[in-house]
Amino acid sequence: MKHDIIELKNGIEKLAADLGPIQIMEVCGTHTFAVRRYGIGQLLPKNIRLVSGPGCPVCVTAQKDIAAALSIANEDDAIFTCFGDMLRVPCGDKSLYSLYESGKDVRMVTSPMDALAIAQRNPEKRVVYFGIGFETTAPLTAALIEAADNLKIDNLSVLSAHKTMPTAIRQLLKGGSKIDALLCPGHVAAITGADVFSFVADELGLPAAVSGFEPREIMTALFCIVSMLRNGEKNCVNAYPGAVTAGGNKNALSLLDKVFEPCDALWRGLGEIKGSGLKIRARYQKFDAARQFEIRREEIPEAKGCICARVLCGKNVPTDCANFGKTCTPEKPLGACMVSSEGACAAYYRYRGDE
Amino acid sequence: MQDKITLAHGSGGQACRELVEEIFLPAFSNNMLNPLTDSAVCEAGEKIAFTTDSFVIKPLFFPGGDIGRLSICGTVNDLAVSGAVPKYISVGMILEAGFETDVLRRIIASMAETAKEAGVSIVTGDTKVVEGGSADGIFINTAGVGIFSKNRPPLTQKAMPGDKILISGNMASHGMAVMAAREKMEFSPPILSDAAPLAALADGVLQKGFEIHAMRDPTRGGVAATLCEWVYDGIDIAIYDECLPVRSDVSAACRMLGLEPLLIANEGIMLLSVPERFALQTLTALRSTKIGKDAAIIGEVKEVKEVKEGKKGGNVYAVTPWGTSRKIILPRGGLLPRIC
Amino acid sequence: MNNMCLAIPGKIIEIKDGTAQIDYGGVTKSASLRLFPNARPGEYALVHAGFVIQILDKDEGGELDALIDEVMGHNLQP
Repeated sequence: MKHDIIELKNGIEKLAADLGPIQIMEVCGTHTFAVRRYGIGQLLPKNIRLVSGPGCPVCVTAQKDIAAALSIANEDDAIFTCFGDMLRVPCGDKSLYSLYESGKDVRMVTSPMDALAIAQRNPEKRVVYFGIGFETTAPLTAALIEAADNLKIDNLSVLSAHKTMPTAIRQLLKGGSKIDALLCPGHVAAITGADVFSFVADELGLPAAVSGFEPREIMTALFCIVSMLRNGEKNCVNAYPGAVTAGGNKNALSLLDKVFEPCDALWRGLGEIKGSGLKIRARYQKFDAARQFEIRREEIPEAKGCICARVLCGKNVPTDCANFGKTCTPEKPLGACMVSSEGACAAYYRYRGDE
Repeated sequence: MQDKITLAHGSGGQACRELVEEIFLPAFSNNMLNPLTDSAVCEAGEKIAFTTDSFVIKPLFFPGGDIGRLSICGTVNDLAVSGAVPKYISVGMILEAGFETDVLRRIIASMAETAKEAGVSIVTGDTKVVEGGSADGIFINTAGVGIFSKNRPPLTQKAMPGDKILISGNMASHGMAVMAAREKMEFSPPILSDAAPLAALADGVLQKGFEIHAMRDPTRGGVAATLCEWVYDGIDIAIYDECLPVRSDVSAACRMLGLEPLLIANEGIMLLSVPERFALQTLTALRSTKIGKDAAIIGEVKEVKEVKEGKKGGNVYAVTPWGTSRKIILPRGGLLPRIC
Repeated sequence: MNNMCLAIPGKIIEIKDGTAQIDYGGVTKSASLRLFPNARPGEYALVHAGFVIQILDKDEGGELDALIDEVMGHNLQP
């Protein structure tokens, strides 16, 4: 990586000079966050717009799945564990955090293996881990289940709401989307391999680049994309070669396949996307919280005026929403995109710079 | 003295007296406290600074400190940054029945040591004991009085256009130390809290006679919280990412968890808003001390004349090394609960 | 707090029983090698939520750099 940010900025400006309006979508919450945190938009010429897609796994978790989590956490003999971001997702007037405040045993963990340790230390409780995330995180949940199986732990289970990226991207971008190119998630690709994203160029006809998360890495990927847009090339470039190979992490992929199988999944704001979810295989059913608990999955209607579905597809920006910043804020989020700090609306709200 | 605290220890009778005479008095001893009168009677100058703080931190002991040390530092530092000399501290304790006396002794010893370091006396106190389950081990409240000398009146505490913003040391150490301890993150070596009294540091700077507009110790909410409290209509505060000092282990922990150091609590640093002509000298004064050796100039206060969205500035923003900027606002929900 | 795709680089110091001690510059923490069992001490790992998910190859950027150089050279003549 020898080109610095200003060189890349100037390069992009020159390449994009006579290209007309361009929309580049990123589909990773960490990209949404990084773009805002580093002010990447301020480094790009006015005709290039970065659009956030449904890459924030917290934001796209269906309310039904949150309701399921809440009903498990409500059980007196349960210890419910999850990553920090999930705690404050509202479901009606409750959240995992509000349950914690009212005395239920809800605990934040920073690694799925923490849930295993908690299960071992609390044999009389049923410990549940909330599996949220895409292909970067799902193999870790698989490792948790495998370890629990090897150690014959009988008081641990996983509530899986894991989802996979490529099927969702295909659904979003096929036919009629106004997106001109895709910034592909570098850590998902570290697991799946860059080749998994070549369909974006080959099938959907859009230039794409697999990108890291440091500002220089993002600018490098954007440079590659704008270069392809200029000369009409349709490829998926690996702009994160230090961490991403063509074939990915075979160990992680085979472990994922051992524990999970694809299923249909409900994405908040987008509806059902076939084959985009991960379900625990029958042979590991004793670790499947969906089978171990009586779960209430309620249908919760979206807030009035919420346009998250359109923001998640890149059709609108956060400020187009009448609720944004008024009735919908990071402290009191109404919709999916405001819920996590990686959500398009939350990131925009927190880091509004001089744009 | 029994090895566990009981309800009797909080009820004002013999057991309570035993607790005071065997544990509190020997540790805190001074001639304002020793008579054990209902109120301590102390010498004070014309104007006093008066503050209070309560401490409910979990875990009670963490690398670099404990609830006792925090309870003294927190109140001392609030006094110190007002420009007063911290002098007298009161201690109110609420103990859960069943609390181990030995643990209490350790906490008291830590408080005594920190008070000595800060140059303050603990002159009065109160203890209550509640049933097991009604409190979390121990809760401590401290209140403090500081004295202003005639030639060193209180600071205006108003950041002015043209001021430089200075920080006295590395950010985010306390919050990350507590988080790492609480979540058993097992860093090696453990991340140490920066908890420390700032009385001498503040005094050293103010003694030099430089004009200082504002001083504050950025505790909960981090440096961001203080800057957001300082900003007002008519100014913007700009800080520069590459100038912000953070220890490398703290930085690594923040990156691992996706946390912004600016938002994480501190317990041993202060922020100053200083007119430009005194900025370098103030920096030198800070850096010449052990606790201030990592001090830095991190930003500036800019005047804003143009009205935008109905306001003239009133923003805090951080500038990246390549010139882009992002607004700094505070998350309302607690990022990290029970850290002080 | 975003944990979802957050992976940070660190140097593998020591490996024992499928667990690596990773140095992140001033502080060390352990990570599981379950997803990358062939990792070796001295290598730079990409770590996500307590697991090594990839080994970083610093030499890999050469081709990409050359590509960018070419584009900058050819397309950006003033």
